[in-house]
Amino acid sequence: MHPLKDRGFRHPVASDITPRDLWQNRRQWMQAAAAAGMGLAGLSSLNAQAQALTGPGKLPKLAAGRSGVAGAIVMDKPTSYADLTHYNNFYEFGTDKGDPGRLADSLQTRPWTVTIEGAVQKPRTFGIEDLLKLAPLEERIYRLRCVEGWSMVIPWIGYSLSQLIKQVQPTGNAKYVEFVSQANPAQMPGLRSGVLDWPYREGLRMDEAMHPLTLLAMGLYGEVLPKQNGAPVRLVVPWKYGFKSAKSLVKIRLVEQQPVSSWTRAAPEEYGFFSNVNPHVDHPRWSQATERRIGEDGLFTRKRPTLMFNGYEAQVGSLYAGMDLKKYY
Amino acid sequence: MVQRWLLHPAAKPVLWLLLAAPAASLLWRGFHDALGPNPAEALIRGLGDWTLRLLCLTLLVTPLRTWTGWHALARWRRSLGVTTFLYGTLHWLAYAWLDQGLDWAALVHDVAKRPFILVGTAAWLAMLPLAATSFNAAIRAMGGRRWQDLHKTVYGIALAGLLHFFWVKAGKNDFAEVALYGMVILGLLTWRWQRWRIGN
Repeated sequence: MHPLKDRGFRHPVASDITPRDLWQNRRQWMQAAAAAGMGLAGLSSLNAQAQALTGPGKLPKLAAGRSGVAGAIVMDKPTSYADLTHYNNFYEFGTDKGDPGRLADSLQTRPWTVTIEGAVQKPRTFGIEDLLKLAPLEERIYRLRCVEGWSMVIPWIGYSLSQLIKQVQPTGNAKYVEFVSQANPAQMPGLRSGVLDWPYREGLRMDEAMHPLTLLAMGLYGEVLPKQNGAPVRLVVPWKYGFKSAKSLVKIRLVEQQPVSSWTRAAPEEYGFFSNVNPHVDHPRWSQATERRIGEDGLFTRKRPTLMFNGYEAQVGSLYAGMDLKKYY
Repeated sequence: MVQRWLLHPAAKPVLWLLLAAPAASLLWRGFHDALGPNPAEALIRGLGDWTLRLLCLTLLVTPLRTWTGWHALARWRRSLGVTTFLYGTLHWLAYAWLDQGLDWAALVHDVAKRPFILVGTAAWLAMLPLAATSFNAAIRAMGGRRWQDLHKTVYGIALAGLLHFFWVKAGKNDFAEVALYGMVILGLLTWRWQRWRIGN
C-alpha cells in the first residue's frame, strides 16, 4: 500500500467520528511510514506540518490521508483557524466578512442531501453520510485567492469532484456542470437582501470539473466544515477566484449549455465565466497583480505578487491552451 | 442651556478629543493587531467611513443652528470641516501606503485607471484649498464673500465623496449604507437649495 495515498484505511461516516487520540496515532504512524519507508527527508517535515493542522476541537473530527494528487499540498503556511472562520464571504449570511462567523449557526446541516441530475445516466440524490464515505477523504492544502485581492492557505478535507461525477455516469451531452447552493430564508438571513439572485449558482466546464484538483470539500483543519465556510459540502477550485467555489451545495447539474453564474448575472463586465486567477487581467475596479495574505502580512507589509492560475499553472494551464484569457476572463 | 454648554471654555477641547477618538482608536488597534484578519482593509475603510460621517456632520451644522437657534454651533463648523479634511488625508495616505506600498508609479496608474479612486482622490484634493483657508487671517485676506464662495465647493466634494462610496459598494450591489449617507447628504443639500431659492 502506498502510505501517502491512504487507500487502505476504513473511512468514517459522520455518525462514527474517530476519537482524537486514535486519529493522531494514525498520523504518527503515517509520519513514521513516510520517513522510514520512503527515506525522503522532506516528507517527514511535511507530515509534521500536517499533524499540526488540527482545528480547535469544537467540531466533529474528520480523518483524512494526505493527498497524492499533484499540486494538492502547497508549502505555504496555512492561515490560522481563527482568521479562516471569521473572515468569510458567504452572502447568504450577510455581506460583511464578519457576518457568516456570527450568523451561520442557524444553518441546519443535518439532514442534508445533494442531488446530481441532468445529462447523466444515473441521476441520484446523495445524503451527506453517503458523500462522506463515497471515496477516501484526503487532506489538501490549497491557496485561495479572492477576487477582492486577498488570499489564504487552507487545509481542506475532501476528494476530487470527479469521484462523485463518475458515480452518475455523464452522457455525451454533459459539457458543463452547474452548482446550486442552499437558499433557505428561514436559516440564511442574508437572503433577504437583493445583493444576488438566490440561490447562488456557479459553473465549470466539464474538463475543469473533472480535473483532479477540483475538490469536493467536507472538512478543514481535521474537522468537518464550519458552517461559515460552506458546510456541510462545498466546491473548491483552487486556480479560480474564490467565488467560483460554491458553498453548501444542494444540487449539481450536468448540462449542455454554459451556465450563467450568480456573479456573472449581477455584473457580467466584472465577473466572467472562467474567473481564473490572473495577475495580468485586472478587475475593472482594481489591479489583480498583487494580493494580501490574510493574517500573515502585517499592516505595513507589501502585498505579494499574485501567481498565474494562483500558482497551479503546471497542473491546469493546459486546460486553457490557445484561449485568449483576456477575452475569456 | 445648550448654548451655555457650547460656549463653555472646555467645549472646544472636548470636541477635539471626540473628533480625534475614532482615528486614535483605529490607529491604536492597527498597531496592536486588533483590526481583525485584514487590518489594512479595516483601517482604510474605517478612515473612509469617518471622513464621510464628519462631512455629513459639517454640513449639518448650519441647518441645526437654524432649527434649534443654537448659534454657538457656528464655532464648531470649522473644526468639523478641518477634521473632515484630516480624516480624508489619513484615508488617502492609508490607501497609498498600505494598499499601493507607496509605489508612486503604481499609485498614478491606479488613480488614473480606476474611476472610484480618481473621484475619491479628486474630492480629497478639492478639500485642500478649503483646509488651507480655514483660519481667520485667510478669511480677512480673501474677503468674506470670496471665502464663502470658495467654501461652497464643499457641496461638490460631498457629492464626489458619495459617488466614491457608491462605486466602492457597487461591486457587492450593497447599497444600504450608500442610501443612508445619500439621504443625509442630499437632504442637507435640498434644504440649502430651498433656502437659496427663497432667499433669492
